[in-house]
Amino acid sequence: MSDGTARPVRFRGGGFRPTARRGMGVIVFVVLIALIEWGTRAGWISNLTLPRPSDVARTFIDLWNTGLLFQHLTPSITRLIVGGLMGISAGIGIGILIGLFSYARAGLVPLVAAIFPIPKIALLPLFVIWFGIDEGSKYALIALGTFTPTIVATYGAVDNVDRTLIRMGQSFGLSWFSIVRKIVLPGALPGILSGMRVSVAIGIILLVAAEMLGAEFGVGAYILQAGALYDLERLFAGVVILSVLGVVTSWMIGQAEKRLLRWRS
Amino acid sequence: MDLRADHITHRYGDMTVLEDVSLDIPAGEILCIIGPSGCGKSTLLRLLGGLEEPSAGQVLQLGTPPMGCLNPLTYVFQDFALLPWRTVEGNVSLVLEDHRLERHAAEAIIDDVLTRTKLADFRRALPRQLSGGMKQRVAIARALAVNPAVMLLDEPLSALDAQTRELLMDDLITLWSRQPFTGVYVTHNLAEAVRLGHRIVVLSRRPGRVRDVIEVPMDLTDRRPGMAELERLQAQLWQMMRDEALAADQELADV
Repeated sequence: MSDGTARPVRFRGGGFRPTARRGMGVIVFVVLIALIEWGTRAGWISNLTLPRPSDVARTFIDLWNTGLLFQHLTPSITRLIVGGLMGISAGIGIGILIGLFSYARAGLVPLVAAIFPIPKIALLPLFVIWFGIDEGSKYALIALGTFTPTIVATYGAVDNVDRTLIRMGQSFGLSWFSIVRKIVLPGALPGILSGMRVSVAIGIILLVAAEMLGAEFGVGAYILQAGALYDLERLFAGVVILSVLGVVTSWMIGQAEKRLLRWRS
Repeated sequence: MDLRADHITHRYGDMTVLEDVSLDIPAGEILCIIGPSGCGKSTLLRLLGGLEEPSAGQVLQLGTPPMGCLNPLTYVFQDFALLPWRTVEGNVSLVLEDHRLERHAAEAIIDDVLTRTKLADFRRALPRQLSGGMKQRVAIARALAVNPAVMLLDEPLSALDAQTRELLMDDLITLWSRQPFTGVYVTHNLAEAVRLGHRIVVLSRRPGRVRDVIEVPMDLTDRRPGMAELERLQAQLWQMMRDEALAADQELADV
């Protein structure tokens, strides 16, 4: 075999393993915004297509200075928190019931499957009749929107809890309640939290939709007004607020995961 | 407390996995169960501890469990079954929490079992930080914490490498010699069986029947790896199982 020539073995592993790269996300944002700024200034992007980012920033600073920002943001965030909490907590509760009890599963899974694909916005007029034009209908819309994805994520997570751990609990004579509280719930937590990312994003979408259909204040109302006037700077300022809201909520869930799931490698 | 399997037959659907198995497990003795793969060893163990119900026959506890016994029939699982979100001491305390022990009593038990399993320095470590051998020691500590009348060990060393296995076998023997426990030890490893068993039950291939029960005529603490008597016994067991194991292997290939 050996004929005297020696070649180093070529490295062919590596790749397929994304690792954290700090600051890359920021660079993408900055480059994109700089491109648009340049384009709108140089003229190869017309003012009707996209507003100038610096103008959007100026509008945003105006919003801040006049106090209008919080006049719109506070009711929006309140709606998101109240509606989201209702929907997510109910969803986790029902999801656990479906995960644990055969009858709940047999009875509720088809119902959830029937409710899930309904565009909840279509139900807003109904909610207005049921809960009034005020906050009630908005809470209900956000609650229902976050409810179904949370259920699906939760019972999936409960299903995925390692059965050997549950058998272990039984073999040591742990009570049913102890098994649920100390084995099933912590075991399902990773799945529940990742389901919450989806639920909260859906919550934000529905928040805006509800505010567009009848609200004096709120980010959705602000965007609707700006759109009606073709005021692109204000429209984009509103959209930026929503993006930031999405990033912040996602970051918060990330922090919760870091804290609560420290036991994962 | 003794444990008795009384004419146990078990079926999954049409398939009979165990047929008319009767065993006696007297207190203070370790009974090893060996047999070709798929012969129902692990099923038998689950039946003995009440994690499954036999199709026919019954498992009997003879006499009362000793004082201070919190869970008479206690398992040690092959894959450790530790809660990954609890520390070493948290995993041990899990099985004590439902018994309304006083705080210092529970603390004392945890201290005691962690010392006996040489884990006292790792109380606050999480399972993911531990090696396989350490994880299984935690599981053994957890089993000892409830002061079981009978320990049911389901291939406890099969997930470990050969060196760790050797170390843990020594640990088990030390634990037994300090405080003899009753054990049912399921394994497919003949070396483990001849080192740890007072008696060895050989099951036939599916449907599992008791083919033979062999006494190991030597004190647990006198046995060393590679002893001529043990080697001979191991060869004898292998002779007994070889054809069955081969047939069992072929059988799986047909399915």
